[in-house]
Amino acid sequence: MADLIATREAYGQAIAKLGEVNEKIVVMDADLSHATMTCYFADKFPDRFFNAGIAEANMTCMSVGFADAGFIPFVSTFAIFGTGRAYEMVRNSICYPHMNVKLAMTHAGISLGGDGGSHETIEDIALMRVLPGMTVLVPCDANETYKAVEAAAKIDGPVYIRLARMATKVFDDMPFEVGKANVLKDGKDAVIFACGTMVECAFEAAKKLAEDGLDVAIVNIHTIKPIDKDTIKTYAAKCKNVITLEEHSVIGGLGDAVAEVLLEEGGYRIKKLGVQDEFGQSGTPEELLKEYRLDPESVYQDIIKFLK
Amino acid sequence: MDIAYLKEKCNQIRIDTLKEIHVAGSGHPGGSLSMTEIIVSLYYYKMKITPKNPLDPLRDRFVLSKGHAAPIYYAVLADKGFFDKELLWTLRKLHSPLQGHPDKKKLPGVDASTGSLGQGVSIATGMALAAKMQGNGVNVYAVLGDGELQEGLVWEAAMAAGHYKLDNLTVIVDNNGLQIDGSCDQVMSLLDIGKKYESFGFTVYDVKDGNDLEQVIEALDAPSYGKPKCIVAHTVKGKGVSFMENSVGWHGKGLNDEELNKALAELGGK
Repeated sequence: MADLIATREAYGQAIAKLGEVNEKIVVMDADLSHATMTCYFADKFPDRFFNAGIAEANMTCMSVGFADAGFIPFVSTFAIFGTGRAYEMVRNSICYPHMNVKLAMTHAGISLGGDGGSHETIEDIALMRVLPGMTVLVPCDANETYKAVEAAAKIDGPVYIRLARMATKVFDDMPFEVGKANVLKDGKDAVIFACGTMVECAFEAAKKLAEDGLDVAIVNIHTIKPIDKDTIKTYAAKCKNVITLEEHSVIGGLGDAVAEVLLEEGGYRIKKLGVQDEFGQSGTPEELLKEYRLDPESVYQDIIKFLK
Repeated sequence: MDIAYLKEKCNQIRIDTLKEIHVAGSGHPGGSLSMTEIIVSLYYYKMKITPKNPLDPLRDRFVLSKGHAAPIYYAVLADKGFFDKELLWTLRKLHSPLQGHPDKKKLPGVDASTGSLGQGVSIATGMALAAKMQGNGVNVYAVLGDGELQEGLVWEAAMAAGHYKLDNLTVIVDNNGLQIDGSCDQVMSLLDIGKKYESFGFTVYDVKDGNDLEQVIEALDAPSYGKPKCIVAHTVKGKGVSFMENSVGWHGKGLNDEELNKALAELGGK
């Protein structure tokens, strides 16, 4: 198994590398470049890096000025601030005029650790996917992050990339096409649609389920919007038992995005696993995932309960 | 510079603005009229504009941060030939490119979609920074309402403009003293706007009569000494129409036939 790498670390490296071949890329940060890892880009391209100071709303609107001039701004801070504090700026200044701005936000979810619930975003997928014209990407590992960053730069319009602080497994290289889900493991008894940090968890839970004789498919939904309706419908029809798994509130996130696709279908059941409409808290990433039942053992148990 | 010509333009733009709002049945006459001399000085004298190629990267940028003054913006853009003047009479109607607040996706000549207060000047600050980086000589002008200064984002943007020494950015405050719920000082005191901007690193010009073309132009032409410029233009809300002047009630209200006729008679229009 490869070393563990956080998707924020992969993002920092990816954007610094992409900066070499694409001179249009500029990066903005709000005094968190050593946490979002845009510091790599800042070191390499000091003339194309702009610190907005601790002023996320202003950073968001200023990025529109760069997009207007033909640049491709990547804007980074913690997801809680970039999608929450600056929400209406994202809506009115970026999405409403469909500006070519990329929001690459780190420390999403509850696994960031000691900072606690004030800094743990459980609502960012919901907030971003409801905006017309926004593409929402949630890469599951370092490789996918690299590809997501490259793909985002090629999209003409706003893109949200959700990144994590916690180091996670790096999977073998997988194809990545925006809007096309990746079937990582086939199965027939149930399907887990997972995204981001929870893809690894899905695998671990599936291993335990296999010991009980249950053959569970795993689908990586790296693009929440536009979502891959065909793959979701195909696997829901095939497996009947649908489980969604995300490090995000079960309200408005991946679970609801999948459920929306299946509303007009029939013959299946859905269980949404994620943060159950509550705020996070301080703790180690491992403790937090366990507390919110997003560790492999809890996920395994919740799926067994659902399948009974 | 032909002041008589510019004065005549101001009059014509005022008339078109009021006609638009009359046909629309709603809109913001007070804050449109107060900034007439400001926007006319910019579009007919100061700015490098390219109506035949609205997206020319080397054009100067104008951001109407007080987006609710859209009617006067549209009257100017139409007169400058960015779009057919007949479109003015579709303001605020279904499917019209003339939205209640400026929409750059829908209307040629609009450089930034605005309306949510505070965001426009922040976008303008980003535009100025991008232009500095490109070294292309582009100047950026943003017009703000005075009530808008109550938005914290305005000061985040001011801090950034000062920090990056954006001497290609001019922020013009249409200081008409009134906002929706009353006078600015009743609602939320602004105190000394110029001193505020000065402390953020701007070169500030106080224009005693912001409805006097020559005073506005003098401030636009004045040096900025390597800093962003702020022009505090003391204007009269509803300027040019006696019953609208200094009246809070005319912030956001349509004109009926009688009111339009009365206003046009004062402005010498039909």
